Amino acid sequence: MTVIAAPATPTRWWHSRAVSRFTRHHLALVGIAMISLLVLACVLGPYTLPYDTLQIDLRARFAPPLSGQHYLGTDPLGRDLAARLLMAGRISLLVGFSAMLLSTLIGTLVGVTAGYRGGWVGVALMRTVDGFLSYPSIFLVLALAATLRPSPVMITVIIAVTSWMETARIVEAEVRSLREREFVQAARMVGLSGKHIMFREILPNAMGPIIVAASLAVARAILLEAYISFLGYGIQPPLPSWGNMLNGAQQYLASAPWLAIIPGAAITIAVTSFNFIGDGLRDALDVRDDHI
Amino acid sequence: MVTRMSGFLLNRLSQSIVLLVIVSIIGFTVLNLMPGGPLAQFGLDPGMTQKDVERLAAQLGLNRPLWIQYLDWAWRLLQGDWGHSFRDGSSVLAVIGRHLLATLLLMGTSTAFAIALGAWVGIRGATHRYSLFDYCATVGAMVALSVPTFWFGLIGIYIFTLKLGWVPAGNMYTIGDGSVLDYLHHLILPSLVLSLVHVAIWSRYMRTATLDALSQDFVKTARAKGVSERRILLKHVVGNALLPMITLAGMQLPSILTGALVTETVFTWPGMGRLFLDSLGYSDYPVVMGLLIFSAILVVLGNLIADIIIATVDPRIRLG
Repeated sequence: MTVIAAPATPTRWWHSRAVSRFTRHHLALVGIAMISLLVLACVLGPYTLPYDTLQIDLRARFAPPLSGQHYLGTDPLGRDLAARLLMAGRISLLVGFSAMLLSTLIGTLVGVTAGYRGGWVGVALMRTVDGFLSYPSIFLVLALAATLRPSPVMITVIIAVTSWMETARIVEAEVRSLREREFVQAARMVGLSGKHIMFREILPNAMGPIIVAASLAVARAILLEAYISFLGYGIQPPLPSWGNMLNGAQQYLASAPWLAIIPGAAITIAVTSFNFIGDGLRDALDVRDDHI
Repeated sequence: MVTRMSGFLLNRLSQSIVLLVIVSIIGFTVLNLMPGGPLAQFGLDPGMTQKDVERLAAQLGLNRPLWIQYLDWAWRLLQGDWGHSFRDGSSVLAVIGRHLLATLLLMGTSTAFAIALGAWVGIRGATHRYSLFDYCATVGAMVALSVPTFWFGLIGIYIFTLKLGWVPAGNMYTIGDGSVLDYLHHLILPSLVLSLVHVAIWSRYMRTATLDALSQDFVKTARAKGVSERRILLKHVVGNALLPMITLAGMQLPSILTGALVTETVFTWPGMGRLFLDSLGYSDYPVVMGLLIFSAILVVLGNLIADIIIATVDPRIRLG
C-alpha cells in the first residue's frame, strides 16, 4: 500500500511568512537596493564611460573628482578612476560571490557528513574545523596566496578553502538535531540510503541557516579579497580590484585622498549591503543566533 | 580522588593537545605546498644544481614517507627548533620574540578599549531598548563590521594626522624620544582602528547578555526587595553579562590577530603582522611558517586560558 502525502496547500512562495518578514526588514531592503545598484553599475557602467581601465593620460594625472571629464578623478597614471572602480567591482563581486558558492558547498558537505554520520567521522571532521579556525584567516590566506601564484580563480579557491568552517559548524549542529526527528527515522525505516536521507530529507530542512551563512560569507569573502589585494598578494594589476586600487593609495593620502576614499567606500557599501541582507534573512528564516 | 575542577582541566587540556596536533598537520600541509617545500632555502642559492638539491633532500630525509617527515618536523617544533631566518640567520623563535611584544601591546590596548566601549554601548542599548540610541548602535555595529580595517586606518590617518595633526601617522615611537608618553601617543590611533570591529561585536554581545540577565529571576527578586535600578544593573546584571565575555575574548583572538596584521601594515607598527608581510616579501619561508604556526598556537592557548579563567570564576561551568 502506498501512502499518498496530503497535497500541500497551494500558497505562492511570495505570500510566505518568510518573505513578508523579510520585506518588513528595512535594512535588508536597503541592502538589496544598494547591492542591485552596485551590480548594475558595475555590469553596465563601463559601457557608458568614454574611458577604459588601462587608458593612460599623463596630462590628467591626479585629477580630483568632479573636475573636467573624469567623474571620480584619475590615478597617478592618469587612468580614469570611475572606469577602474566599476571594472574592479566586477572582479571583487565575482570573486566574493564565487568564493561564497565554493565555501558553502564545502562547508555543507562537511557539515552534513559530520552531523549525520556522527561517531569518529563526525569528531574527526569537526576537529579539523576547529584546527582551521585556530589560524587567523589572513595569515593562512596570505601564506597560500604568496605561494600559489595568484590568479582570480586561485584567489577564489584560496578564500573558499580558508572560510568554509563557519558553514560547516552551523550545518553540523542543524543536521545533528534534525537527525533524531521522526521524518528521518521514518525515512531510515523505509530503507532509504544514507545519501538520500542526508541530501534529500535532511538538507532541505537545513536550508535556512545555510542561506543566512552564505549571505554573510559573501561579505566576508569580499573583505578578505580586499585585504590580500591591498597587501599586494591578491588580484594582480593591471587587473583592477577594489583592494588593489587601495594598494598604492597610502603614499598619496596627503595629495590625492580620493584614491583611498573612493574604492574603500565601494568595499564598505558592498559588504554592508550583504551584512544587512544576511541580518534580514536571519530574521525572516527564523535562524537562531548562536552559531552565526 | 579527582576533583571536578581538575577533571575539567584535564579534559580541556587534552582537547587542546588534540587541536594542536591538527593545527600542526594543517601547517605541515601548507609548508609542503610552498615552492621548493622545506628546501626552498637552498633552491634560491644559485650555486646549487638540481642534483645537489636532490642529494640534500635525501640527506635531510625528504625522500621518506610523508608521515615520518611530519613526525620529525613536529618533534623539532616541540624542541624549539623552528628553523632559521633566510634574512639574517637568527632563529625563527628569536625573530618572533622580538616582534611579539609590539603586537601584544597593540592587541591588549585595543581589546581593553573595545571591551569598555562595547560594554557601555551594549548595556545602554539593552536598558534603552528600541530607542534611537539602540537603533543607531545596531546599524552602526553592522556598518563597523563591514568597514575594511586598513581603509578605516587610512581615513584615520587622513583626518587625525594630515588634517588635524593630533597623532603621528605610524611607527611605534619617535627616534630619540623614548618617553612613555611618546609610546602612548603613537599607540592611540592604531589601537582605536583595530578596536572598531570588536567594539561592534562586543556591543552586540553585551546587549543580548544584558537583556538575558535582566529577565532573570534574581533581578525580579532584587527589584521586589527595593534595590535601586542602578545597583541592580551594576551588581547583578553587568557581572553576569560580563562573564561569558571572557570566552568571547578567547574566540575573538584569530580575528584580532588578522586585524593586527592589517593595522600594523598601515601604521608601520613593528609587530608580528608587519614581520609576516616583510618575510613574505623576502620569501623568508621559515619565518612565514613559524609565524603561521605560532599564531595558531597563540589562539589555541588563548582559548584554553579563557576557559580556565571562566571555570575558576564561574562554578557552573566546571560543575556542568
